[in-house]
Amino acid sequence: MHIAEGYLPPVQAAAWFVVSAPFVVHGSRTLVRQVRQDPETKLLLGAAGAFTFVLSALKIPSVTGSCSHPTGTGLGAVLFRPPVMSVLGGIVLLFQAVLLAHGGLSTLGANLFSMAVVGPWVAYGVYVLIRRAGGGLDVAVFAAAALGDLATYCVTSVQLALAFPDQSTGFAGALVKFGGIFAVTQIPLAISEGLLSVLVVRLLTRTSGDDLRRLGVLGTPAQVRS
Amino acid sequence: MKRFSRVNLLLLLAVLALAVAPLALGLGSGEEPFAGSDALAEQAIVDEHPDYEPWFAPIYEPPSGEVESALFALQAALGAGFLGYYFGVARTRQRQRDAAVEQPGE
Repeated sequence: MHIAEGYLPPVQAAAWFVVSAPFVVHGSRTLVRQVRQDPETKLLLGAAGAFTFVLSALKIPSVTGSCSHPTGTGLGAVLFRPPVMSVLGGIVLLFQAVLLAHGGLSTLGANLFSMAVVGPWVAYGVYVLIRRAGGGLDVAVFAAAALGDLATYCVTSVQLALAFPDQSTGFAGALVKFGGIFAVTQIPLAISEGLLSVLVVRLLTRTSGDDLRRLGVLGTPAQVRS
Repeated sequence: MKRFSRVNLLLLLAVLALAVAPLALGLGSGEEPFAGSDALAEQAIVDEHPDYEPWFAPIYEPPSGEVESALFALQAALGAGFLGYYFGVARTRQRQRDAAVEQPGE
């Protein structure tokens, strides 16, 4: 769940746009280059975007007695690297802000940073670390997707705690409060996203081995792209 | 069932269990059980900072919960539809490649 429209003070909302903008611009260039250099993977790129589309539309009940939705950006980050997901995640956020009044245009910068920048980068970092350490593809994809998802909502909690520190307990108290609302709720959902990402990658290894090898996903751990 | 399909099925069942368990155990509480976490965050902000006024309103808001859920369903359907299309195409291509390997020259 993203920060709602108007729920960040104007200065902070603007600041998050400034922070996120370079990632989206760089991501757009990377995306164009990817499509031009390797048109064969265009369809798979669409599938990675579609995965984010489905997962971020599914509001799922959690153990905290509230609902949230996964982000689906980890899978694409593992397949195509994080910059591409800054664009695909941005499209999803824009769709939801404009048509669904979910998230918002004023908070788009902040939500971009959590879902389309930090989430994918954490996912990719976790994936590379586990693969370098000799971990299997399934384990690496699971951990990447789950932790990327969780990281997104930890960032959302920090953003809100910065904007709305508690009057008595300050930033720390607010962080615990928003963390309880977002991050704890997200734990089972992050596990679900990890499992679903593993499922998709398993299917991909059956149907799209060539694409995965070209993208460097399939191969011995020593050959993981650096 | 082959091991590959069995593991895939188990993955799906685990996701299903994770989503259904909170409902089955009745973990929802408060005025609106299983409300959205974003709505809870809005509430938390208003509780602590009663003088905060959201300074920007959504330019379009679905007129009812029904329309909103229709749009969310549309989003999921578009994504799932494309994923299905992708796997259909990829699987067919893979089969054609396999067939070409088995019967070279045809």
